Amino acid sequence: MSRIVRPYGDTTGDGMVQMSFTLPVPHDKRAEGAALQLAAKMGLDGAMLVHAKPIGENYTFFVVYGATTHLVNLDEVQVVERDYPHLSPKEVNDAVRGKLGRKLTVVGACIGTDAHTVGIDAILNIKGVAGEKGLEYYRELRVVNLGAQVAVPDLVNRAVDEGADAVLVSQVVTQKDAHLHNTREMSAAFREALPPNRRPLLVVGGPRFDESAAAELGVDRIFSRGTMPSDVASYLVHRLVFAKEEAA
Amino acid sequence: MTGPLLPLDADLVVKARRLAAKAAEPVVELARTHTTVSVERATLRLAGLTGADPDGIPWVNRLADAVQEQVGIEHGIALPVFHALKDFPDLERLAHAAAAGGVRFALPEDAAAEAARARASTAVGAGFDRIDASRALRSKLVGEIGDPPQRPWIYLIVATGDIYEDIPQAQAAAKAGADVIAVIRSTGQSLLDYVPEGATREGFAGTYATGENFRLMRAALDETSREVGRYIRLTNYASGLCMPEIAALAGMHRLDMMLNDSMYGILFRDINPIRTFVDQRFSRQVHARAGIIINTGEDNYLTTADAVEAAHTVTVSQLLNERFAHEAGLPDELLGLGHAFEINPEVPESFRLELAHALLARQLFPDAPLKWMPPTKHMTGDVFRGNLLDGFFNLAGVMTGQSILLVGMMTEAVVTPWLSDRDIALQNVRYVLSACAGLAEDFHPPADGFIAGRANHVLGEAVDLLGKIVDDGLLNAIADGTFGIMKRPADGGRGLDGVAKRAEDYWNPAASILDGVTE
Repeated sequence: MSRIVRPYGDTTGDGMVQMSFTLPVPHDKRAEGAALQLAAKMGLDGAMLVHAKPIGENYTFFVVYGATTHLVNLDEVQVVERDYPHLSPKEVNDAVRGKLGRKLTVVGACIGTDAHTVGIDAILNIKGVAGEKGLEYYRELRVVNLGAQVAVPDLVNRAVDEGADAVLVSQVVTQKDAHLHNTREMSAAFREALPPNRRPLLVVGGPRFDESAAAELGVDRIFSRGTMPSDVASYLVHRLVFAKEEAA
Repeated sequence: MTGPLLPLDADLVVKARRLAAKAAEPVVELARTHTTVSVERATLRLAGLTGADPDGIPWVNRLADAVQEQVGIEHGIALPVFHALKDFPDLERLAHAAAAGGVRFALPEDAAAEAARARASTAVGAGFDRIDASRALRSKLVGEIGDPPQRPWIYLIVATGDIYEDIPQAQAAAKAGADVIAVIRSTGQSLLDYVPEGATREGFAGTYATGENFRLMRAALDETSREVGRYIRLTNYASGLCMPEIAALAGMHRLDMMLNDSMYGILFRDINPIRTFVDQRFSRQVHARAGIIINTGEDNYLTTADAVEAAHTVTVSQLLNERFAHEAGLPDELLGLGHAFEINPEVPESFRLELAHALLARQLFPDAPLKWMPPTKHMTGDVFRGNLLDGFFNLAGVMTGQSILLVGMMTEAVVTPWLSDRDIALQNVRYVLSACAGLAEDFHPPADGFIAGRANHVLGEAVDLLGKIVDDGLLNAIADGTFGIMKRPADGGRGLDGVAKRAEDYWNPAASILDGVTE
């Protein structure tokens, strides 16, 4: 089977994409020509301009369809695949109780000025998400949810006070890369405050994170959209219970 | 406003209001018997003190801090400040000297106190004159230029961080159909214990609320109002640690609406509950004086809690916000109570549930300019589905006679503002408003139907919860996580060190004027 793919419009291999954008010019013939030229430069062959509409006096909005000249080789695509086994809540509890012999402490927060707790709550609150219960439901996990807008120094102090095995941070707001700045600040603060062997596992999550950027942001793991509580719990057990057991 | 009819249990409505008043009472008493650094600084702002030191710390902070250090704020800082002023030409020069450590503050007595009182009352009175003049000018401009031709008013957000870029964006938005422009604040301003000074060109996902930014934007929108033939209203945020000061600045610079929720700062910004309630009462009194419509933040509860299960917490918060607002002198026509379209679209009958909740609010508060907030929690990044969801949100707003409609963006939390998405969102609003203009007239849900049943059910749950709040005390209810899941104890949170119990001899000329105390 071919591992080379093109976009699909209505026929295999047609390469058709739909694109919309705005140009900062008044709507006229020249503006439409400019839109088609842009589409051609972006690799669209025979682009069709199906919609052009002025936005105010000085902007024009376009919708364009066209066949892309680009191909994608699936074999060359790099993603972060799950590199740990997926466990049920019971398996997580059994592993923590049997192998760690104490509860595993998880401290969670939305840091910086982000007030959107929907992510951290979905993972931590017993209510969970999409019918799957959150980490509070796991008997062998002790969850401390600090909620919204926690200052980084407060998070570090609480993590130390609670003896956190893992710190979970959620970032939803991404304007001007706030999520990246906040995450770097957080990981730097933990590096400064604690020696490597006492540092909790640092996990961040949010819908617009790139899962492969963990090293760059100084954290152990990034979870992106679609992450379920059991994914996080499985990862924590993998790193904090099984990995330590192997090392010992 | 004559809204669509919904048969609500009249006894329950009466009971709900009685319980809300009872729950609010001890908190109002707290607010009456305490002051905060921000209330005292707002008083200095009303007296005309502006400007900041070279580090950007406003002179009101430098002066208030010096007084707080030497004599505390529990007596009110007006007397020590205006007593010390006898040796200085103006408040700014006094603040410079105080910041340099060169002023000894003391509480004056007898004749010296009388002289200081007179100076303070005159100076603060001038601030209220500015507020009164702004209010009169608004009435005049609305009379000349006119209100928007339709309800709901269309409310749109701008937020570039740079006031000089916000201005053309806001003007373009008004020309594209917006009736109300809200300038989103820089993220985190609510946690600053000072109001930045001057025109600002850098913000974080928003633009700082400053007196000068208010003035610039209001002037620009006055120009646009005349062009488009509608008085374009300007909105900002009287929330966070500097709520009273921002309220004073808004009143003097003729802002038209301010976000001002009784509990938002406590729950979502972890600001100390007592600080919040004291600041809130003062700021609402200022808004009442200035004729500013407040917008409450019930929509926020539904972004953290389930919109079906927690529907009654919105009703409870609306009733509490109404009570606190009435107590502070705000009439119904200035109560922009909030609610939101946040039910998971995967829930069966979600639209009927939304209609029930929206009608309940409309019916409970018939004369309040209700603010109808768009879906954000279930905006997934699928902009096509998001546009459909916003269409249903707009439809519910029109069918249930909402007053102020915040335009929903299908790119919520991804990229704001995005010009073409804003245009598509406005097109969506215009289509629904035009296609369904008079639909509310035809929409009378049957008394024994799903919508009426659901509305009464939510009202019943709200009354039960209010009963519990009355039994526990509102502060304990907040500490226990009753609203929006977050737990906020009365002795926790930011800004508690800026709160003081008023001494027997507490005197604040602004508070006296606002409370209608004759001297």
